[in-house]
Amino acid sequence: MTIKQFLYSSVGTKAVMALTGLFLSIFLIEHLYGNLLLFYNDGGNAFIEYSHTLVHSLFIRIVEIFLFASLIAHVAQAIRITRQNSEVRPVKYSVYKVKETSTWFSRNMGITGSVILFFIVVHLWQFFVPYRITGTVGGEGQVNVAQEVKEAFQNGWYAALYLVSVAFLAFHLNHGFQSSFRTLGLNNRKYENVISLAGSIFAFVIVGAGFASFPILFYFGIAGSTF
Amino acid sequence: MNLTLKVWRQKNKYDKGGFVIYPMEGVSHEMSFPEMFDVLNERLIAKGEEPIAFDHDCREGICGMCSMFINGRAHGPQKGTTTCQLHMRHFKDGDTIVVEPWRAKGFPVIKDLVIDRSAFDRIMSAGGFISANTGSAQDANNIPIPKKNADEAFDAASCIGCGACVASCKNSSAMLFVAAKVSQLALLPQGQVERRDRAINMVKQMDGEGFGNCTNTGSCEADCPKQISILHIARLNREYLMANILE
Repeated sequence: MTIKQFLYSSVGTKAVMALTGLFLSIFLIEHLYGNLLLFYNDGGNAFIEYSHTLVHSLFIRIVEIFLFASLIAHVAQAIRITRQNSEVRPVKYSVYKVKETSTWFSRNMGITGSVILFFIVVHLWQFFVPYRITGTVGGEGQVNVAQEVKEAFQNGWYAALYLVSVAFLAFHLNHGFQSSFRTLGLNNRKYENVISLAGSIFAFVIVGAGFASFPILFYFGIAGSTF
Repeated sequence: MNLTLKVWRQKNKYDKGGFVIYPMEGVSHEMSFPEMFDVLNERLIAKGEEPIAFDHDCREGICGMCSMFINGRAHGPQKGTTTCQLHMRHFKDGDTIVVEPWRAKGFPVIKDLVIDRSAFDRIMSAGGFISANTGSAQDANNIPIPKKNADEAFDAASCIGCGACVASCKNSSAMLFVAAKVSQLALLPQGQVERRDRAINMVKQMDGEGFGNCTNTGSCEADCPKQISILHIARLNREYLMANILE
């Protein structure tokens, strides 16, 4: 079996989605750690220093390539799966009580994923592009990146979009985390419940509550009073 | 009790088909679902109408032939039973019951509620077997199998190939069926010889038959009349990935 045949098989396709999804999840933890530096009462210096390291480290440059590659692979495979799955039931059921057997979020990873993708584009446009590529933020005599974050979150629309996206991300991860373990065959009777629970904690407590704290605390002026 | 049946009628696989409503009077609480269809068919025949074609064989929940999508659920609303084990006492007088065939690209409708499940046979031919010496029978208990493995294999082996997993899955995925078959043999010493080829060939055949991709929603497990665990899908994935790595 060639690599191509493997990647196009149903299980291979999903293995790619699972691996890239887990890799992107690890990135979320790193991203959360970086954002939490905003809560230091030091005028945003810890965060500014951290952002500076991100932009100037060779290691991060390399990881960045893998991150974008993972994101593209994850989305591309998702589109392929969704298209294939839309053709497998030519005649629909007139009564289909699928709600009784599965959750809305497990069935609509495409919808939650699309919201997240839209947010990623907006988010990259807002922070990544000016800071990392065009250099219009964070340079000599310009507004620093911590102030940029604070200003962004003081815009109610942006804070709301951020909050909604984080909520979708949490539900996406809640299904995706345990689903990826099953897809990679790393799941059995012994670990099933542990993996499910770990997935829910990761999705709702770490990522969900963690990232939701930024728009809320900055919008209401609780955080960022020193910069 | 009196019921209203809304049944899918389709002359052949080229016909577009549609629902026909049958008022069904005098249904006994003790009847099984197919028995009610027997009575309906008797009445249709007496009236000179074409009886409803539906699959059934053992009528005791072990053959996997009966395959009705009843009120939006494969094999009806009751957990862990086939259509023939669903009794009319689970319905109320005056209920309207919608009965459809399994709907999936891999399971074309032949007539009315009868579908062509030969895709499952072709998946089995691709690897769902073991090569055994057909000489004289071996001594009993010659091959030791740990109790845990035997139980787990038996859980998988209880699959009757009815196709409810495909029917209830939003993606018409056959993963639970293939997982049960691969899992069963992967757990037993007799299945080791073809272990890697089996996983690869059965998945390849499954993909070629027009079934969708599993997205782990869990509908298959919920509607499986044998309550086969979705964890067998994890084992199928493991078998397939390991086979690809080790080949």
